[in-house]
Amino acid sequence: MAKYLLLKHYRGTPATVNDVPMDQWTPAEISAHMQYMRDFAARLEGTGEFVDAQALAPEGTFVRYDGEGRPPVTDGPFAETKDLIAGWMVIDVDSHDRAVELAGELSAAPGAGGKPIHEWLELRPFLSEPPTITE
Amino acid sequence: MDETLLRSLTPSVLGILVRRGIDFAAAEDAVQDALVEAVRVWPADPPRDPLGWLTTVAWRRFLDAARADTARRRREDLVDEEPAPGPAPTVDDTLQLYFLCAHPSLTPSSAVALTLRAVGGLTTRQIANAYLVPEATMAQRISRAKRTVSGLRFDRPGDVATVLRVLYLVFNEGYSGDVDLAAEAIRLTRQLAAAIDHPEVAGLLALMLLHHARRAARTAPDGSLVPLAEQDRSRWDTRSIAEGVEILQAALARDQLGEFQAQAAIAALHADAPAAAETDWVQIVEWYDELARLTGNPVVRLNRAVAVGEADGPRAGLKALAAVDDALPRYTAVAAYLHERDGDLATAARLYAEAAQQAPNLAERDHLTRQAARLNALLRR
Repeated sequence: MAKYLLLKHYRGTPATVNDVPMDQWTPAEISAHMQYMRDFAARLEGTGEFVDAQALAPEGTFVRYDGEGRPPVTDGPFAETKDLIAGWMVIDVDSHDRAVELAGELSAAPGAGGKPIHEWLELRPFLSEPPTITE
Repeated sequence: MDETLLRSLTPSVLGILVRRGIDFAAAEDAVQDALVEAVRVWPADPPRDPLGWLTTVAWRRFLDAARADTARRRREDLVDEEPAPGPAPTVDDTLQLYFLCAHPSLTPSSAVALTLRAVGGLTTRQIANAYLVPEATMAQRISRAKRTVSGLRFDRPGDVATVLRVLYLVFNEGYSGDVDLAAEAIRLTRQLAAAIDHPEVAGLLALMLLHHARRAARTAPDGSLVPLAEQDRSRWDTRSIAEGVEILQAALARDQLGEFQAQAAIAALHADAPAAAETDWVQIVEWYDELARLTGNPVVRLNRAVAVGEADGPRAGLKALAAVDDALPRYTAVAAYLHERDGDLATAARLYAEAAQQAPNLAERDHLTRQAARLNALLRR
């Protein structure tokens, strides 16, 4: 019983095996890719392991506090930011092995030519609640 | 209305329905429906015979569901209106339900969810909240678990050790939502102890009571962790401690030691010390030796190193630690603590910061970061 974040990146990971940008795919290939993601989430709901899935817009704003009585400063995007998060899926599984297995399956989503993209997904454990018994 | 009392009837009703020959999954659904109905109706109209009421309503719900099912399949209505004669609830039924819900064919998370629902009488929503997953996900987890066990024989004896592992998980892991999982684990273990005479069941119940007794002292008002040595012992629940110690002593007297009795013995020695400095660490080390012999669990040797550090000094503790696998969770935190006790503040500060990076939960990470910050401030002076 542990939660993991499967993090999908627009950029910031090494090149994928099937590294054709999505706008070069056929519309049918794009549909197949989306269907794969939906089926994957539905399957995890069926196994009782699904928690959440969200996609993020690529463009965002950086915001920071600028002192008492002043509006927040907004800036960005910063050219030096190498990493860009595209979205995530949160799973609740019995073991780290299971989390790796599922991330591997999600990474096999089809891309150009209907072949798996092999994209890099980042697998991050959630910090849990502290256990009661520690000694 | 006392919902805990209501929920305590769950295994009896479910046992009766299963003994009448209803498939486990369908019976469990019917019992849940009856519980929901009881919560609605009882406050205004409490029944004289709660168990009889629940059984009748659950039986009707089963008939309704079965009829809807047969109608869907365009079959003849073959279900009798009157409940089939069945045996009265027995202690064995309760025990069999524990075995079924903790069956080794289930994953730990499925066994936990099924136990909380079919034995504990919690709703799917309550269980989903307690484990921070969507209700739909928890519903699927439970229904898969029910499918997994529904073909199993109800009257086959199970392994009590698997049940204890599930109850231990309920006690030790989970979030603090509107269901108090620790209290629920204690209730379920108490109910199990009433159904089966087994020293390890008693050992686990004692262990839970002794740890639960410290609950109020374990966190500061801001939510940060208070280590055992710094806890305000006047806030420990003495009634819970007394009960835990009594249960443990009766179990130990039977001379069938197991890991939960040994763990409870360690907790009892801590509970017995009026101040941290008066802790009988020599005896605690001996219990860790027993525990290591019983389980072979490497985490025991890590905790033992802490106890050795208290009993024989930090050098001895570090020597004991050297024999432990350094890849274990919390190894670095233990090393940091022992180095601090040994007076090597620079090493301790570095190790606390490193341990914070590896901490599996937020409260521990914050605690370890604060320890590193405390030592770094001392070192700057």
